[in-house]
Amino acid sequence: MSTVFEYRELFIQGLQATALLTVLGLLLTLVVAFTAGLARLSRHWVLRAPSYVFVEVFRGTSMIVQLFWFYYALPQLGLQLTPLFAGVLVLGLNEGAYAAEVVRGTIASRPRGQTEACIALGLSPAQRMRRVLIPQSIPAMLPSFGNVFVDLLKATSLVSFITVSELTFLALDVRNNTGETTAVFLTMLVIYFALAMAIAMLTLLLERRFAIDRKRRPSLRKALLGSGGGPVSA
Amino acid sequence: MIWSNEYAIDILPVLLDGLWLTVRITLLGMGIALVLGLFVAVIRFLKIPVLSALFTFYVLFVRGTPLLAQVYAAFYVLPTYGIRFSALVTGVAVIGINYSAYTAEVYRAGIEGVPAGQWEAAKALSLPHRRTWAKIVLPQSIKTIIPVLGNYWVQMFKDTAILSAITVVELMQSAKTLANSDVRSLEPYTIAGIMYLVISYTASLLVKALERRYAPTH
Repeated sequence: MSTVFEYRELFIQGLQATALLTVLGLLLTLVVAFTAGLARLSRHWVLRAPSYVFVEVFRGTSMIVQLFWFYYALPQLGLQLTPLFAGVLVLGLNEGAYAAEVVRGTIASRPRGQTEACIALGLSPAQRMRRVLIPQSIPAMLPSFGNVFVDLLKATSLVSFITVSELTFLALDVRNNTGETTAVFLTMLVIYFALAMAIAMLTLLLERRFAIDRKRRPSLRKALLGSGGGPVSA
Repeated sequence: MIWSNEYAIDILPVLLDGLWLTVRITLLGMGIALVLGLFVAVIRFLKIPVLSALFTFYVLFVRGTPLLAQVYAAFYVLPTYGIRFSALVTGVAVIGINYSAYTAEVYRAGIEGVPAGQWEAAKALSLPHRRTWAKIVLPQSIKTIIPVLGNYWVQMFKDTAILSAITVVELMQSAKTLANSDVRSLEPYTIAGIMYLVISYTASLLVKALERRYAPTH
């Protein structure tokens, strides 16, 4: 363990880079998710079709392929991205494609009566979405977005492939420099685990705060283990 | 010339070889995940004092850490204790163990999803314990379990690319090797992407069809 202590600054630096990637990735994920998710609910095929293709392409290919494509293949087309930019971009587009399905699915599953009531009250389709359907859907989206958040954290480790010095990259670096393997990798795993638990707790707090039905309080176990569906079926 | 068709056709056989290994890894990995996940789910379901809590932690820990970090840890740590496997064996084992934590939860959610009334009805009819499980609970839970497992299978197919980190020559590693030796990145990565897309998109359509067919009736 002394090696880990000696190199603690590198671990802290890696932790910071991982946290930065996660937060920036989450911001982009939210933007992408609502843009693509709402576009898929549109009446106009000009919006629906591209968003369907986007979601299927980014869900259907490995994130590693996407990272390599944006970082190593794009320069051949004359566009060189910085590692951090390419990393955040791919994290946001990839997880955003999954989260777009969460947005679309949750809004589409609001009870019909809500839409009917909006029409009866003479709200325009835009008002209906902005004032009624989206605000109602957000509490229902929280558990799935919690899963996406944890997936995002785990996905940041892949950004080490394009030379971003985040936690996995630096752990590998420390291991190569010192030859100390077990303690270094154990520390790395524990840090990831602690971060994932923190995200799960945060999601639970948000769920409890915004629960529409206060009697059915979300449980800790569900927040930690998810609903069993995972990101794919969400 | 930015995109070279000739070069693309040239590298196709190498990438197809990689794809074939990817498919085999996915089959083996899912086999491990299905069996190990069932074992974990049963232990947790039986609520054996210390053991069940231990497996709950196992599920939490495996799901709370990145697959890549697990792959590196297994690949570099095990040999220091004299346990030596090839990269391929380590990779398949880690991906199978990783997904077992997810399949275990799928089994659990599937069984808990059977309405309490079904258990009560079985009890009221004084069906023996074994027949309650075999004829009432499992057949109903399997309908919800199978499509979710299908989704995880597709997910695993894409995740096998992570094994390229420990030099398993699956599809992604084949593409990387080509890109490094020929100094052309666009074609290998684009074709690899298309291969992943075609297979996982087709598979996800199949899973959707299964979902519709097995839509729970209760």
